[in-house]
Amino acid sequence: MKKSEFKRPDGRAYDEIRQIKAEVGIVSRADGSARFQIGKTVAYAAVYGPRSLYPKFLQNPKRGLLRCYYNMLPFSSKGERVKPGPSRRALEISLVTEKALTPAIDLTKYPNAVVDVFIELPQTDAGTRCAGITAAAMALADAGIVMYDLVSAVAVGYVNGNLIADLIYDEEAYPGEVADIPVAYMPRYDKFSLLQMDGKISGEQLQKALELAKKVCLQIYNVQKKALKRRYEKYKSIGNVEG
Amino acid sequence: MMGKQLVKDKSIVVPGEVVAEGRDFILGPGVRREGNQIVASRVGLIHFEGKFIRLIALSGRYIPRKDDVIIGRIKEILINGWLVDTESAYPAMLNLRDAVTEYVAKGSDLTRFFDFNDYIVCKIINVTPQMFVDVTTKGPGLKKLVGGRIIKVNPNKVSRIIGKKGSMLNMIKQATGCNIIVGQNGVIWIKSTDPKMELVAVNANKDS
Repeated sequence: MKKSEFKRPDGRAYDEIRQIKAEVGIVSRADGSARFQIGKTVAYAAVYGPRSLYPKFLQNPKRGLLRCYYNMLPFSSKGERVKPGPSRRALEISLVTEKALTPAIDLTKYPNAVVDVFIELPQTDAGTRCAGITAAAMALADAGIVMYDLVSAVAVGYVNGNLIADLIYDEEAYPGEVADIPVAYMPRYDKFSLLQMDGKISGEQLQKALELAKKVCLQIYNVQKKALKRRYEKYKSIGNVEG
Repeated sequence: MMGKQLVKDKSIVVPGEVVAEGRDFILGPGVRREGNQIVASRVGLIHFEGKFIRLIALSGRYIPRKDDVIIGRIKEILINGWLVDTESAYPAMLNLRDAVTEYVAKGSDLTRFFDFNDYIVCKIINVTPQMFVDVTTKGPGLKKLVGGRIIKVNPNKVSRIIGKKGSMLNMIKQATGCNIIVGQNGVIWIKSTDPKMELVAVNANKDS
């Protein structure tokens, strides 16, 4: 891919991500919940469980099951109504979300049970699976699930040979050579739990892209951490209470 | 080698956060060892008591533990006992011999002891690694609950509702004149002759 001039539509620097906001504990009925916003993309995640799993043949006496549901709301896109419910795309993203989150969770603690994660996107501007995974990781932690690490996700990519972080829709759909690489990252273990790619780049370029992804995922990780701590700040005053 | 504490005592930690380094720490619940590091496994409040580290969970569903006294609901009646809903992912088994002392002919109607949707105070006698839970109603204070009302709270707050040696709970009991039983699973039973006071007790429990 030849490198040529490219100016980001929203004036960001190449390695700059959109403004991010995170909040934990927003769905009071759920066991855990979170909202994650990155630019114009908003993801809500609610976690229910561990709870008993039926039909019974799905139960596994060695480990629990993680189930994710990804859904874009009908009005979330650019104005064309998004058909709600499990489309081919939504099912695929539900699956990769599951696979991106599973390595971060100790499911052996929940034999025969299920942890359900519901991800809803009321507003989208690309990077929805990443926003969903980021929100879901916070919601899982909020639900008190035993975890090895949090998961932070972001998309990186190339537009006309320029390496950029956190693509928006106009960049994904740019009339040129575009590569889009959504990545989920576990900072403590320095490991990726999701890596998908659209477009054509060299191995060397991919390496560079992943380095950038690590860098920006750490920024997201810090926001996640802060949001979780903010949620529980009020419990700091409790002393050593044992019934 | 002396261990090093990396976060402040009584601070909030997130899963994957390194709380201490060194091999001379003793680990309580909610933390695990990874090589030389002590890592938090879930969100909670970290406690350092000398070399002892533990994490107090602040959220999450109830997980059955041996010796917990819980309030359960009869969910199913089986051939030789009952299945009890514990407000967790795992139902508990109440065996006939752990519930009644008298002789019960096989195949007789068990609803005369506990019927569907009866609430019982029971004690967990065993939890297997596969989370099969056994409970008993034989013991002091373990019984079927008659009348009153049931409220459900965050099970992680139960120790705070009870308070140190039951101080908080006794205060609510005295102030409202209600009969209150708190299950470790976050189910609370409140009964009083005065419905107004019952409501006061409900709110007191929910707020604490």
